[in-house]
Amino acid sequence: MGRDDMNPSPRPHERLLMDGQEMARTLTRISHEILERNKGIEGLALVGIRTGGVFLAQRIAVRIQQIEKRDVPLGELDITLYRDDLSIRKDQPEIRKTTIPFHISDLKIVLVDDVLFTGRTIRAALDGLMDLGRPAEIQLAVLVDRGHRQLPIRANYVGKSIPTAREENVQVFFEELGQDDRVSILTP
Amino acid sequence: MGLERKDLLTIAALSADQIQLILTTAESLKEVGGRDIKKVPALRGKTVVNLFFEPSTRTRTSFELAAKRLSADVINFSPSSSSMVKGETLVDTARNIEAMQADIIVLRHPSPGAAENLARSVGSSVINAGDGWHEHPTQALLDVFTIKEKKGRVSGLVIVIVGDIAHSRVARSNILALTKLGAEVRVVAPPTMIPFGLEHLGVEIFYNLDEALINTDVIIMLRLQRERLGRTLLPSLREYAKLFCLTPERLKLAKPDVIVMHPGPLNRGVEISPSVADSTVAVILDQVTNGVSVRMALMYLLSGFGERATLNE
Repeated sequence: MGRDDMNPSPRPHERLLMDGQEMARTLTRISHEILERNKGIEGLALVGIRTGGVFLAQRIAVRIQQIEKRDVPLGELDITLYRDDLSIRKDQPEIRKTTIPFHISDLKIVLVDDVLFTGRTIRAALDGLMDLGRPAEIQLAVLVDRGHRQLPIRANYVGKSIPTAREENVQVFFEELGQDDRVSILTP
Repeated sequence: MGLERKDLLTIAALSADQIQLILTTAESLKEVGGRDIKKVPALRGKTVVNLFFEPSTRTRTSFELAAKRLSADVINFSPSSSSMVKGETLVDTARNIEAMQADIIVLRHPSPGAAENLARSVGSSVINAGDGWHEHPTQALLDVFTIKEKKGRVSGLVIVIVGDIAHSRVARSNILALTKLGAEVRVVAPPTMIPFGLEHLGVEIFYNLDEALINTDVIIMLRLQRERLGRTLLPSLREYAKLFCLTPERLKLAKPDVIVMHPGPLNRGVEISPSVADSTVAVILDQVTNGVSVRMALMYLLSGFGERATLNE
């Protein structure tokens, strides 16, 4: 999903889909939708999928705090150990830390990721979460849904649905990584 | 960056970056051991064979647990129950195990170089779990991991290794790992237990424990192998204990925040006094916990590189 590409400057084959302002407004809307659907933050927790999803979950948590004046529990999930391609690839992907400082059992978990594509990352994340406990409910929030699903997975909160070609690369850039906030399509 | 190798045979062959990769991977995997359900599916369908030609409970159990936490299947082979007693060679035994589709073979063997010999003969990944007096790389990696966890760094620390350096694979692997990561390493033992030419490994040699302990951040005690007593290395156990036992009084010579490590099993009252072993400066049980994480990291990192892994592509 193009997470390896972290170049900060716009490149010749980059087509802008969402600028920083639009990204901020979209996250504000998603935050409100989460609160609306769950009727507040009682029993609610956010879990960001590394790396992009963690930044987005942090930003949503800040907005929810501003609206509700209370903190929502926030966790970070690394899905590497649950990937479905570990036994067929030679280079083992780097494992990063899963940090979920609360018991997820009986909570309503909002899983946050940057780009929803094949659905395989989300499948891995669901398995990863289930190994940590038995949440009351898992919902999914994504900044961009670019289609091409290979598994029956659907998001509850979508920032923007964008039709793409299979071989295109949708990349979300983050201030946290020293980049200008934006979403772009990179063509090879 | 991956480990880019099929086997883990020695610390000598690893670069500082590769050691760091193993440590950060182990750090991420440590979280799995703290869960209610201590299992992740990363090595599902892979087979790990523990091939131990020397008695070992701790190390074998640690490897077994590491493999099981990654969802691999584990088989334990020990010579008393195998065809080794019928005269089969190590390589023939291993080829048979490989023919049963083993992905990783963990080998402990009394002969130095046994793991390397095996790695050249089979396509499975081989992890050296101790080969004679040569190396015990996973012990060194878990020691370095524990030091980094407790001290936040390895570089620049003053670390002293106490005991029979000459006959210790743990000492050799630790010296190599710690000097690669920039620690200042001291060794201290009776002269009969210091190997010839040790200074070439970049360590400072002491014969007096009190002098060696001054200003140290980390003390690594080695087990006194009592079975070697008959070999004229030591006049008596009591004399060794008198000169080289880590006591609370001696501990005061080290830095106030010193940590004490020991690969186990402990000889209480010989190399370490019970009050030190049971005090808060001892991180001996943390070493055991961390051993599982480090071995999980290794199995994960090596698992992509065995011959069977390439055949699957």
